[in-house]
Amino acid sequence: MYSVHFPVLIVILPLIAAPLCIIARHSFAAFLIALTANSISVLLAVAVVRRVIDGSVIHYSLGGWIAPTGIEYYIDTLNGVLLLIISLLSFLALIFAKDSIQQEISKARHYLFYAGWLMCLVGLLGMVITGDAFNVFVFLEISSLSMYMLIALGKQRRQAILAAFRYLMMGSIGASFILLGIGFLYAATGTLNMLDLSERLPGVGQSRTVLVGFSFITVGLLIKTAVFPVHSWLANTYQFAPSSIAVFLAGTATKVSLYVFLRFFFHVFGQDYSFAQMLLDNILLPLVVIGFFVMSIVAVYQTDIRRVLAYSSIAQIGYIFVALIMATESGLTAGIIHMINHAFIKAALFVAAGCIAYRLGSTRIKDMSGLVVHMPWTTSAFIIAGLSLIGIPLTAGFISKWHLIAATIESGWWLIALMILLSSLIAIVYIGKIIEVFCFGSQPNSQGRAVIQEAPLSMLLPLWILIIISLYTGINADVVVSLAAQSADQLLGTMQ
Amino acid sequence: MEYLGLFNYWAVVVIMMSGFYIMIARHNLVKKIIGLSIFQTGIFYFFISLGKVDSGTAPIFVNQQTGEAVYSNPLPHVLILTAIVVGVATMAVGLALIVRLYESYGSIEEDDIRKIEQKDFHDDADSY
Repeated sequence: MYSVHFPVLIVILPLIAAPLCIIARHSFAAFLIALTANSISVLLAVAVVRRVIDGSVIHYSLGGWIAPTGIEYYIDTLNGVLLLIISLLSFLALIFAKDSIQQEISKARHYLFYAGWLMCLVGLLGMVITGDAFNVFVFLEISSLSMYMLIALGKQRRQAILAAFRYLMMGSIGASFILLGIGFLYAATGTLNMLDLSERLPGVGQSRTVLVGFSFITVGLLIKTAVFPVHSWLANTYQFAPSSIAVFLAGTATKVSLYVFLRFFFHVFGQDYSFAQMLLDNILLPLVVIGFFVMSIVAVYQTDIRRVLAYSSIAQIGYIFVALIMATESGLTAGIIHMINHAFIKAALFVAAGCIAYRLGSTRIKDMSGLVVHMPWTTSAFIIAGLSLIGIPLTAGFISKWHLIAATIESGWWLIALMILLSSLIAIVYIGKIIEVFCFGSQPNSQGRAVIQEAPLSMLLPLWILIIISLYTGINADVVVSLAAQSADQLLGTMQ
Repeated sequence: MEYLGLFNYWAVVVIMMSGFYIMIARHNLVKKIIGLSIFQTGIFYFFISLGKVDSGTAPIFVNQQTGEAVYSNPLPHVLILTAIVVGVATMAVGLALIVRLYESYGSIEEDDIRKIEQKDFHDDADSY
């Protein structure tokens, strides 16, 4: 009977646990509190997903105030699955973080790190679960503010703080734009509830107020998702943040912004308005195509492993956007599949990079020559995830690329399909470069560096769980594909 | 005359854009934060002026017998209370980061910081 309240508990539990971490003031106690709260969130998310998996929708009224007066949590297949993925990735990254931050952050500050982590998790989960437009802004700021703090804790202190500050400027502009856009929508319709908005917007769709609101929300979300012309904050952030935060960010943060994009443009505005009338696809297509192509090339020339992965992330976001803005059912399905797969793949790659940084004390690719001898488990995991990123058959990446290209061809975008294939070839170069250094790089003489050990089990465990999930989806993709197809159906169906 | 009636929106545009301009044009990090704050304040004004109803009073329910009262819309005000808190938090985090930046770079001018950043970058590259 308490299961009615599961949706709100997913968000509330980490929120309560965050101040408890600060009260505990002890590194390990704070870790246990964070881990407990996070694992309960995962279990609750599983329970919630089981209820929405058949295509039904959960409406949860906060405080018993019925929407549209009160704030509503709205869960369908798409955000149910995302809730599970975000809490699961956060859980795995947290296990990884415990050892990883020992070298990066002084022990006296660990409890603050865990508190910040939980707040960030609250923000991300809240953005996904809520059915209220203003709530999206509030949760967005909760997650961003804690993220700025977490990024600033990076090992190379002054670069990390600079990266955090630049992200703060960009992120605040993005969030303010979203707030302003929501204000215009409220001015036009007098409601903030997303379902209510989607019903009332067609009536006032021609007015300039809605148009301005639409534009502000678009620009704000593009900044938050790091789409090509406004992507600059992402590379420095991923490179200089603590390894565990890079994992957390890469796996969840941009995916959540993508989800908000989906929710607003397919659900609230409706695809007729966003694409047929506002021609969002025509505006975004050149940007994202340049984005994934140029960023893949830029990734080739990077000398820092995390920077390679960061630029590759921007490129992958480009692929996801190409799929989403086709606004067809197969396109949406492909985009959602790639969102899910890329979250796991990129998280695995960043965990592997974090393991290497932990043992090697460096993230420069050149220092990693011959590492496969010393860290076989880590490097083999990196290689599997890297192949998955390229899209080799039997990996999750292949499934998403397959659907992506099938969808582009179905829409008749032949040139784009070609560009995607070409850019995948570039991915072979930048991942292959790293693999080559791992496997065939000359062994430095033994005086050069101390003997490097394999990463500790607490880091390998989350890494291999991520790899196994991504391999499983590569071999048996039915679950992911059917969930994505159902989400796409629901997103497109709401406007009819 | 329609444009004069919308003067609150003109004010919002001017405030917002001056804040935005400061963020882009000024190289002093503290001034950038000030610009951000002005920019956000513009948005707050926009929301607050949305809630105004002509000859509306504060939305406090007094007595039904005294006749029809016209109330201003309280919802935008409540939203902006939240947004103000968020804005203050953003400014606090930003200023805290600036303090740390000053400690590690010895300057809060973006040009100086950029030079040191370039040097850091080349030091990294030299070790290859």
